Amino acid sequence: MSTTAQELERPQQQSDVGAWLRQNLFNGVLNTLITIVLVIFIPIVLFLIVRWAIFEATWQPVATNFRLLMTGRYPIEHVWRIQACMAIIYLLFGLSAGIWQGMVRTIGIGLVGFAIFFALFPFSVSARLWLVGSVVAALVGYFVGRPFSSKLRIPVIVLWLISPFIFWLLIRGGMLGLPLVTTNLWGGLLLTIILAVVGIIASFPIGVLLALGRQSKLPIIKWCCTLYIELVRGVPLISVLFMAVLMLPLFLPSNIRIDNLVRVLVAITGFSAAYLAENVRGGLQSVPRGQYEAASALGLNVFQTTFLIVLPQALRAVIPALVGQFISLFKDTSLVSIVGLAELLGIAGIVINQPEWLQVTGGVEREVLLFAALVYWFFCYTLSKISRRIEAHLGVGTR
Amino acid sequence: MAQLDNKLQPSKAIPFYRNVKVLALVAQIAFLLILGLLFWWLIGNMLSSLRRSNIPLSFDFLPQTAGFEIAESSIRYSATDSYGRAFLVGILNTLRIAVLGIILSTIFGIIIGIGRLSSNWLLRNLAGAYVELFRNTPLAVQLIFWFVAVILKLPRVRDAIAIDGIFALSNRGLTLAWPVAGESYAAWSIWFWVGLVVGVIAYVLRRQQLQRLDRPLVAWPVAWLAVLATWLVSWLGVWLFTGSSPLVIDQPHLSGFNYIGGVSITAAFFALLLGLTCYTAAFIAEIVRAGILAVSKGQREAAQALGFTPFQTMRLIIFPQALRVIIPPLTNQYLNLTKNSSLGILVSFPDLFFVTTTINNQSGRAVQVILIMMACYLAMSLLISLFANIYNSRMRLKER
Amino acid sequence: MKVNRFLGFVSVLLLAAFVAACSNQAATNEPSSPVEAAPTDAPAIGAPVAAATEAPAPAPTAAPQATTAPAAPTASGGSTLQTIKDRGELICGSNDQVPGFGSVDASGQTVGFDIDFCRALAAAIFGDPNKVTFRPLTAQERFTAVQSGEVDVLIRNTTNTLTRETVNGMDFAPTNFFDGQGIMVRKSDNLNTISDLDGATICVQSGTTTELNLADAFRAVGASFTPAVFEDANGTFSAYDAGQCDAVTTDKSGLASRRLSLSSPEDHVIMDVTLSKEPLAPAVLQGDAQWRDIVTWVIYGLFNAEEYGVTQANVQEQLSSDDPNIRRLLGVEGELGAGLGLDNDFMVKVISAVGNYGEIYDRHLGPNTPINIPRGPNAQYTDGGLIYGMPFR
Repeated sequence: MSTTAQELERPQQQSDVGAWLRQNLFNGVLNTLITIVLVIFIPIVLFLIVRWAIFEATWQPVATNFRLLMTGRYPIEHVWRIQACMAIIYLLFGLSAGIWQGMVRTIGIGLVGFAIFFALFPFSVSARLWLVGSVVAALVGYFVGRPFSSKLRIPVIVLWLISPFIFWLLIRGGMLGLPLVTTNLWGGLLLTIILAVVGIIASFPIGVLLALGRQSKLPIIKWCCTLYIELVRGVPLISVLFMAVLMLPLFLPSNIRIDNLVRVLVAITGFSAAYLAENVRGGLQSVPRGQYEAASALGLNVFQTTFLIVLPQALRAVIPALVGQFISLFKDTSLVSIVGLAELLGIAGIVINQPEWLQVTGGVEREVLLFAALVYWFFCYTLSKISRRIEAHLGVGTR
Repeated sequence: MAQLDNKLQPSKAIPFYRNVKVLALVAQIAFLLILGLLFWWLIGNMLSSLRRSNIPLSFDFLPQTAGFEIAESSIRYSATDSYGRAFLVGILNTLRIAVLGIILSTIFGIIIGIGRLSSNWLLRNLAGAYVELFRNTPLAVQLIFWFVAVILKLPRVRDAIAIDGIFALSNRGLTLAWPVAGESYAAWSIWFWVGLVVGVIAYVLRRQQLQRLDRPLVAWPVAWLAVLATWLVSWLGVWLFTGSSPLVIDQPHLSGFNYIGGVSITAAFFALLLGLTCYTAAFIAEIVRAGILAVSKGQREAAQALGFTPFQTMRLIIFPQALRVIIPPLTNQYLNLTKNSSLGILVSFPDLFFVTTTINNQSGRAVQVILIMMACYLAMSLLISLFANIYNSRMRLKER
Repeated sequence: MKVNRFLGFVSVLLLAAFVAACSNQAATNEPSSPVEAAPTDAPAIGAPVAAATEAPAPAPTAAPQATTAPAAPTASGGSTLQTIKDRGELICGSNDQVPGFGSVDASGQTVGFDIDFCRALAAAIFGDPNKVTFRPLTAQERFTAVQSGEVDVLIRNTTNTLTRETVNGMDFAPTNFFDGQGIMVRKSDNLNTISDLDGATICVQSGTTTELNLADAFRAVGASFTPAVFEDANGTFSAYDAGQCDAVTTDKSGLASRRLSLSSPEDHVIMDVTLSKEPLAPAVLQGDAQWRDIVTWVIYGLFNAEEYGVTQANVQEQLSSDDPNIRRLLGVEGELGAGLGLDNDFMVKVISAVGNYGEIYDRHLGPNTPINIPRGPNAQYTDGGLIYGMPFR
């Protein structure tokens, strides 16, 4: 049969372009048809998109409102504080990349790529300088971190640990001579990132406790945790946000006023904790029984077993799932625009409705929304790639 | 000895503060107590602040007149109906979008998932690009984009893209010609049910026949054929006898401000359906891909060796096995889709959430309204989980 | 086992701390437990004076000031005014989507007619019109925001209605803008009455009285319409602009302001029909008479200032005016401000900050603005309008 003959010959032809084409694009009538259709279809669509993006689209609203999109109504005279935060992050990533290489370097390269990519846009000079400055900070960090990796290890870890407090101080102010910038002025990508990061950090301990509670042998605790997890997972986030914004103030004494941002954070944390608990539970179940038995044979009690033996293994197994959780939280922050916080999507809505762009034929919705989508996409895609790498990395370790 | 035993007994017994059972009980009671106190405090605060602003905490507003219109409804609804009915409209709208979304995103997701595993390099990467693009942007952004940047940019109703009497597409939605009951529909309607009964009978008979012949028990094609045949014959019969068709085609035509007649899909519904389908399909595609990859390679090779075509291999060998891996995460996606339909508010689709916010504002009963909404979503989630579990257990049984 | 005992100890400790915290809360808030406290709270609504005499403790700082107003302190244990003073700024529930009334300009500042009333209140309390935080509220969340005390005052083109005073627990200040609901359509459609709109699709914002009036008006003439309901004003008007609706309805002031932000304003016309009365008024939470009085009289003060010709430019000269009306308004004579718990010259601060009613109107809605809404019912009563400031006496 001729086909078997071809099959046998194939290994020798592998380097051949023609063979590759035959194998990947023209192996069979159906595939050939699909290939022909796609070869005609894809370039046309790409051409239309590129032509639109370069010649027809009005990117002006994105460029002039870049600051608004990134930081919301944060006072312009204080924007340097956010820029400082970003520079610190880049510097820390640069240092860490220099010290640890590997994974961290990949993330760092992603961040630098992000800054360079946006620096290419025709934004205001100061915005582009800020982006370039951050890249420089990262590079400086990298080339400082590499030679002194052993000495800088501990200081950099300490810096990472205290960095959230530094960022909070810088962004909010109200201390050390920095004027207070109230949370209603926070917005744009800044708010998106704050919501996602604070949400995931705050929901982590709660999620772990809920997961442990659900696995508990004590029936009341088990049922309460299960009830909470299932209740929260059964309703949409937007309804939880709505409830937090409308009802949380009713549940507290009227002399306690809580900031809208805090309310939303409470909702996001409570919501994300339930999902996180399910991920952690998966991890807990993956820890073999032998581990429990070995621990109790060594005379460890329940708490020692849980916190020293089981949880470390369980959490290690669920790191990719946790990153996935963070990605979905990052995307879900776009819902807070419905309850009146102006994060990236909320600001995009404001920009679209600015009177300056009314006369633009076809409106500017596509441009502004595409920009917002691109920013979200960039973050989520990078994170999902990182998650996959961690997964592969951990997989090697366990085998 | 007995004396010694008695002496030892008390010291052997574990003191209550070290008795695991007692401690467990105490811990649980303490937990409940803390929880109870917390709730007592929270609810006490709520009651006092509700009293202060003079808002009653009762559900007596439900039968009151709502007073507002709802853009689309699958049941008869007008502004003179009650808040309760408005809730029902919201629930039905959510169910409608959820059911359609689940069906479409499953079909679309399976196609893309299989596309991702295609041996065609272009198709494989195109499907991959689709998944990465749609999975990694928020649904809210996608929905607004579909609505504001795509659907609102369609031509206005006067310049609709239309073929007269068949369809019309404008930024108000899509209107299609649709069969509606004609004069003789009443005479035919009984045959509709007769057809179904014939179908069931045909199914049972065919199954028995196949059992006798020892062939695979695939009886549904014959059953459906029987149903369709009955309907067609009775339809022709009624037409010949009464001289008018039981079903007539209602053709859309522009009259006054809007296209009337036929069946119409509103812009809001269309945008939400499009957004939910495209978004969820990306996730389903990944699940399908993982499920197919989980089926051992030997199965495919064995099927090929037995002379199955690639399509048959997929449909009869690979997919049924992959289904077992696919169903649990797929259920999660169905749940997500249902919950995500609450984003209809972004495209002005009156789903449960949107209607709830309106009722809250018009009636001023935040607490009760939110409770009802939460209960409805929970019930829907439980319902989907229930169906999935039933299906899942059926799949498992076949395995053994 | 050590850990076990330790944990038991910790849980008991936590429990004790919690009970202590709760009882502490109960002690500061209400004398008894929250659930039981509710009935003692209830008479406060029916008989505010009695409640005030029964519970003098919660508002020690406000009590000496509240000489004229029988200020029934809120159950929160402090008057709104004191809370605002302690906080150092006013929180004003506002709109940021209606140019002219409340919107965000290119520099990120909140500006507009309603916004200036917030600033006037801040000026009256602190002497500084900038000590105010604007909390943009959607139509859906505005009442809950007031009920929960999240905002001190709601000045967000909100219509005064009976239900809102009763069921929603609002207290409305004097109307600062008399409006009526109108319908905007395309000129080319040649529509004149509601009956002409039979079968039309109409864009409307959800959660508003507008939504209810629209249904009523069509029902009244037996016409039908398809509603396209949107969550916010931006969505409503961009859908109308895109041609998804044949008409759009909201308050006429809103239509006038929004018409300018359509892609070709001259193609649209506001129909000569009025669906409803829409007296737009600031609202506060029921139960704090002193705070409501402050909001009320700052507005009357602004009305009076226009009537007497006191403007932002001449307010300092007017301090030496001989007109007793002006002297009382500006606090040169009498102790009127103290009666509200404010400084006697609070209106001087207000007028220096934002001008009188007419000036605010002209700045945002007047003939020199693109919005240009004729004064109409919003003229002084002396000019045949409805703006009538109660006497400062």
